[in-house]
Amino acid sequence: MKRLMDLFLTFFRIGGLTFGGGYAMLPMIQKEIVENKKWATEDEIIDYYAVGQCTPGVIAVNTATFIGFKIQGIWGAVSATLGVVAPSIIIITAIAALLSNFAEVEIVQHIFGGIRVAVVALIFASIIKIWKSSVKNLFGIILAVSSFLLGAFLSISPIYIVVAAGIIGIIREVVGGNKS
Amino acid sequence: MIYLILFFEYFKIGLFSVGGGLATLPFVIDLANKYGWINNKMIADMVAISESTPGPLGVNIATYVGFQSCGIFGGLVATIGLITPSVIIVILVAGLLEKFKNNNIVQGTFEGLRPASIGLIGLAAYEVVKIALLNLDLYKITNNIKDIVDIKRLIFFVVIFYGILKYKKHPVMYIGIAMVVGVVFKM
Repeated sequence: MKRLMDLFLTFFRIGGLTFGGGYAMLPMIQKEIVENKKWATEDEIIDYYAVGQCTPGVIAVNTATFIGFKIQGIWGAVSATLGVVAPSIIIITAIAALLSNFAEVEIVQHIFGGIRVAVVALIFASIIKIWKSSVKNLFGIILAVSSFLLGAFLSISPIYIVVAAGIIGIIREVVGGNKS
Repeated sequence: MIYLILFFEYFKIGLFSVGGGLATLPFVIDLANKYGWINNKMIADMVAISESTPGPLGVNIATYVGFQSCGIFGGLVATIGLITPSVIIVILVAGLLEKFKNNNIVQGTFEGLRPASIGLIGLAAYEVVKIALLNLDLYKITNNIKDIVDIKRLIFFVVIFYGILKYKKHPVMYIGIAMVVGVVFKM
């Protein structure tokens, strides 16, 4: 029970302090889940993101469900998921009820101008950290760079990129045997 | 009755939108038009509010539409509807992966998925860079190469990026600093 509460509160913090959706959650998850609580490793977090991309629904929710399940089974998954969505429900309800022109207020726009810059910097820092732990060979470098380029310049949907990368991984495993 | 409709409509959206929060948007607009819950102005407000509040975009949008259609309880029901299919599917997938994690096909799959996932996170960062640091709209009007990059923001980016790598504090610290800097320097 204590574990479930801990999961709920940790993900409540992550949900309440993440600006900009699923990917912006990554720096927060690294700090809270990997460094502070040691509930998962960097590699596992990346696996969850990969799976969260190709299962239906919101990526942040999928990732929370995945981590919760790994730590405490089905109830862990439910606690983590409710935790990550609860702040949204509270904040959006309050704003929709009270301040419908919230986003047009000048000071709010400046605040978010600043936050967006910090979010970019935080995601870059996360990528560097994860790159160091998960990209170990030329195969990884080529896959990571080409995934980025295909998405950025040919606008290929992330789902196809993830599925193709998975198939390439399988082929490499089958053809190359158990080298890794 | 309206709550049941809301739940099942959102259950469907959660089930069929693959690729994150923004992917739910076309479904939500479709739904809102069908029932006349929200109009175009509200959709613009909704996206602006969802992007400028904490939390996953898809969840914020669901709560907003639910609230506009039938109050506080509506926001709750829509959100629960949206996340229910995810939770079920992810638990099934996670269970299977746990069972077969030593299988070499599964391991091979993840050897491929991991770098691709990093590339895609980079892609998400690149999309934010376009909004956060660049002024592409202004450049299109003026065609002046100096207008592409917002100098104020670029300087702040370099400073805070250095700070993140050097001091490794909790991300919230940097978000807090960014709020203050954003207001003081009118970003």
